Amino acid sequence: MSRIEKGRSYIGESVVRPQTARLLAGRGVFTDDVALPRMLHVAFVRSPHAHARIASIDSAEARAVAGVAAVVTGEEMTSVCSGWVGTLAHFQGMKSATQRPLAVGKASWQGEPVAAVVAESRAIAEDGASRVRVGWEPLPSVTDPETALDASTPVIHPELGDNLAFKLELSSGDAEAAFKNADVVLTETFTMGRHTGVTLEARAILADFDPSERRLTVYHSFQAPNMMQDILARHLNLPEQDVRVICKDVGGSFGIKVHIYPDEMATCALSVMLGRPVKFTADRLESFVSDIHAREHRVKAELAVKRDGTILGMRVDDLTGIGPYSVYPRTSAVEGNQTIRLAPGVYRFRDYAASLRVVFQNKTPMCQYRAVGHPIAFAVMEAMVDRAARELGLDPVEVRRKNYVTAEMYPHTSQTGYFFERLSHEEVLHKLLEMSDYRALCAERDALRKRGVHRGLGLCAFIELTTPGPAFYGVGGARISSQDGCTIKLEPSGKLTCMTGVTEQGQGTDTMIAQVVASAVGVAVEDVRVLTGDTMVSPYGGGTWASRGAGIGGEAALQTGKTIRGNILKVAAAILQCEPEDLDIRLGKIVDLMTGEVRLDLAELGRVAYFRPDTLPKDFQSELTVTRHYVPRHQGFAFTNGIQLSHVEVDVATGFVRLLKHWCVEDCGRIINPRLVDEQMRGAIVQGIGAALYEHLVYDQQGQLLTGTMMDYLVPMAAEMPEIMVGHVETPTAYAEGGFKGAGEAGTAGAPGAVLNAVNDALAPLGARVTSQPITPELVLRALGAL
Amino acid sequence: MKPAQFAYHRPASLDEALALVERYGPDGRILAGGQSLVPALNMRLAAPAALIDINRLPGLDRIGLEPEGLVIGALARHEAVESSPLVARHAPLIAQAMPHIGHRAIRTRGTVGGSIALADPAAELPACLVALEAVVRVAGRGTRRDIAARGFFRGIYTTDLAPGEIVTAVVVPGIQPAWRSSFAELARRHGDYALVGLAVHCRVDGGAIGVARLAFCGVGATPVRASRAEAALSGRRPDPGVVEEAGRALDADLDPPGDVHGSPALRRHLARVLLARSIGQIAG
Amino acid sequence: MQISLTVNGVAVSRRVEPRQSLVDFLRYDLELTGSHVGCEHGVCGACTVRVDGALVRGCLMLAVQADGCRVETIEGVAGTGEVFDLQQAFAQENALQCGFCTPGMLLTAQDLLARKPGASALEIREALSGNYCRCTGYHAIVEAVRTTAEARTKARA
Repeated sequence: MSRIEKGRSYIGESVVRPQTARLLAGRGVFTDDVALPRMLHVAFVRSPHAHARIASIDSAEARAVAGVAAVVTGEEMTSVCSGWVGTLAHFQGMKSATQRPLAVGKASWQGEPVAAVVAESRAIAEDGASRVRVGWEPLPSVTDPETALDASTPVIHPELGDNLAFKLELSSGDAEAAFKNADVVLTETFTMGRHTGVTLEARAILADFDPSERRLTVYHSFQAPNMMQDILARHLNLPEQDVRVICKDVGGSFGIKVHIYPDEMATCALSVMLGRPVKFTADRLESFVSDIHAREHRVKAELAVKRDGTILGMRVDDLTGIGPYSVYPRTSAVEGNQTIRLAPGVYRFRDYAASLRVVFQNKTPMCQYRAVGHPIAFAVMEAMVDRAARELGLDPVEVRRKNYVTAEMYPHTSQTGYFFERLSHEEVLHKLLEMSDYRALCAERDALRKRGVHRGLGLCAFIELTTPGPAFYGVGGARISSQDGCTIKLEPSGKLTCMTGVTEQGQGTDTMIAQVVASAVGVAVEDVRVLTGDTMVSPYGGGTWASRGAGIGGEAALQTGKTIRGNILKVAAAILQCEPEDLDIRLGKIVDLMTGEVRLDLAELGRVAYFRPDTLPKDFQSELTVTRHYVPRHQGFAFTNGIQLSHVEVDVATGFVRLLKHWCVEDCGRIINPRLVDEQMRGAIVQGIGAALYEHLVYDQQGQLLTGTMMDYLVPMAAEMPEIMVGHVETPTAYAEGGFKGAGEAGTAGAPGAVLNAVNDALAPLGARVTSQPITPELVLRALGAL
Repeated sequence: MKPAQFAYHRPASLDEALALVERYGPDGRILAGGQSLVPALNMRLAAPAALIDINRLPGLDRIGLEPEGLVIGALARHEAVESSPLVARHAPLIAQAMPHIGHRAIRTRGTVGGSIALADPAAELPACLVALEAVVRVAGRGTRRDIAARGFFRGIYTTDLAPGEIVTAVVVPGIQPAWRSSFAELARRHGDYALVGLAVHCRVDGGAIGVARLAFCGVGATPVRASRAEAALSGRRPDPGVVEEAGRALDADLDPPGDVHGSPALRRHLARVLLARSIGQIAG
Repeated sequence: MQISLTVNGVAVSRRVEPRQSLVDFLRYDLELTGSHVGCEHGVCGACTVRVDGALVRGCLMLAVQADGCRVETIEGVAGTGEVFDLQQAFAQENALQCGFCTPGMLLTAQDLLARKPGASALEIREALSGNYCRCTGYHAIVEAVRTTAEARTKARA
């Protein structure tokens, strides 16, 4: 008999993800890889105009193309799929017009789908689409957020009265008094460029309606299958249980794939209309004009400070131009709402006033994209802090330290009502300064300046909201699940199968859940198989967004693991005729708790429980499939925190910014898999860098997108990206047993601010400053007065 | 993004190819590397009735020395040119420019002839040929022509090719001793089309620039020979003052366009910077 | 048009439309879905395959052009063990997340290491600069390729 000395916990271990083997062999199954018998393909006729009435649609020539099965217009689809309105009750006063899967009456953004051509191949569908004749009557476009509410600006949806989607005023303390008492008042206006997620796998959906059973099965590259199931059922008028959504491998999502898209709803409606599978895979040009856009904001910020660097108060005015519709069902108000609520959160000053206006535009609809609002909030806040330090002749590190919410202040409620259980601003700062050898870098920068080499260092402290509770969407009336579930089944072989309601898009959800389950039960992590993303199989859950996977999915998995462990021990005790308390499970063996002596292995337990229950006491019932759910109730969000540092060199002759290196120290609570967290940080940071330097969806005044290809829209590529060093501090949440918080978005939250500050640090001795993103060579040269 | 339908021909000889080119006229497009044509087809920006695939035409990919100079066949892949010892020796400017052209997977298929015939204003090769005062060899049915590179590039995506003609080779005249070259470009990302690029080919006489040939790409409809800047440098040592003067003279040479990637002012400025850096490096 | 070629060592003969791209042919006609489509204009690198030993964008080559050629996709290359060490390194470093760019990355990295065995981190970054990854931020990918290069150099010594 062997002995197993101690329990094995995988929490904190960088377990290699098992699904890498499959993906490395080219055996991933992405939605476009799925083929069904008699499958058709759809291509959409999209509006070339930002705003135009649809006077007529002539599809005769399109229908005549060999291989075209159907051409459907918005009017024809209304009886199959109902429209939707992207508002939530808790955003008081929010308004938006009804949006339909295919536009009816008029198109309101360049790229809006107005007709669908279904054919035997995508190529033929495109042939058909090119032959659909739409009679357009162009209307004036609303493309400038600054003038969207002017009396002279056309109202996109007259029934709404104006172009205001949502407005909000927040106030804490007495900002007016703070500004009166200030030694110095700093004012600055920041312009953040619109950009988008550019998932490498474009949006894809394959809808398969079986008219014999009236059941709809949808393969969807998506983050929230239960949400899609609910919406399809309601809008296609099908019973919820007859709609099944399956997420295969998803090639990146970042929030882009958590929203309702008219073309995807149309694809499902088409399958219902035709009784055949219909596939839609967005091509890259379509993606640029139809994936949700994000982060087009003009933020005016004012900071009131004392000469010693104490921040007394702040005022923020945020104007954001979205699309012509607020996106369903999460609404396009969340980004602006979070921007103004998050901005002051790192610091303890109480006097804060903020206003937000979210206005409609004839541009692609805008909605949540990774780190929603955070990058803007902290780019603004931290740029003001750095500027205050510079103008007061103070050290930017000390100004931050001086104003942080400190350890003794927790639990703490922010100026805008966010509850912080406990954050670690001082610790992450300390670790960052050490890791980066910050003071040495400053000295080197100063020395190089004398030689005409312009380097800059930029800090960005941030908080990150993760693990949202029901108040995030549910209270507003959205059928978006804030709870999540986990099912664990002991197989007869003694291995575990686990089904979870959180989903996988490459971040390592499967592995993270397996580690938690293996640790909770006492088995080897290789013996846990995790299934995600099938509404018929997974427990009802929310999917993955707002960095909820570890905090909610992980906690549900922990509780389920503990429960099934107890059930396994009950079976073991029944078999061994002892007490469950005398036993333990270690690496898949039932052992004596005290001695570690192996008494039984799980395969044997499985055999008996499933095939020989006749050998067990008559009144004993094995329960070896267990489900537990979890919803965070004790705090609205499990906030995390971190700080980033960007080191850049600006070529002041060309305006080019070279990224020398980047650091991030983050605190996401108890870490399950350090390498996965590191890699989430790195990927997220590079997305933030993309926004800071490269990515920009540029519209002309007529609402035409000018940067709609991969040549014109610049995503970060390997040669320009820096090494990224990641450090960790762990402040577990006490509100959940696992202590896990989220980590997926923190990198993006702080990166743009760090880069902006670094560039401005490099430019400061030359009397130049930039307050727009992306920071292009042109912007830098203009700031330097060179152009 | 699937192309519209087209007929496909794969001629086995140059004569067959030329016959097809003549037959289809503007409704036919030549398919060489395809690295620029196929994206256009995919986006339906081009919808020809037929593609004439010349990739298998024998002998058009040869790189060799002839009395007139270094001959690079139209079908020579960028990657072959990049790794050719003959090009390194006899047209170092081109060798320097090659790594800037897209990425490896583009260079294995893209061809010299294709790049030249496309005449993208931001492309590197046309600027190099203009700086080297190379000759473009062209063939039509029963005709052969040699066109000086400078006169070959007429406008955006416009060359001196007459209907029915295709590029068959470029000829780079032999390089005399004391000639130096450098290629540099400024691009946001490695492999992107240049915001501004500069091909310099000049004779250095004991520390002074004897003769300068400066061909910019990305600053106009075609490669631009900056003749006033060249004159400002000619016969002089490239001290900072001289280089600055050349930079000012450059302003009169250039009338750059503006687009989402940069204003005319940006391109002017970057051209000046590139000039200063290239000359500094070449004569230093 | 009828084309005949070898794909991953297997002789294949099919009728294709001239307008069909090589990557679509591989994905739909041969059901080799390991090569992916990300942009269809040659920028993202997700469709990278090998044709007659050379790295090629599958979206910029027509299937008809591959007539008579030797095509290799990730499935074939993974099957021969040619990139086994690279795959191991990618798994260890977590140099892939969603996996969509991964086949293109592996083929491009292998092409680099075959030509420049001692490639530096900078050379690796430049060689991979035609392969878009949105998930990893490239740091882990560069590390995986670098450690593989080092290990291969050591093994040869």
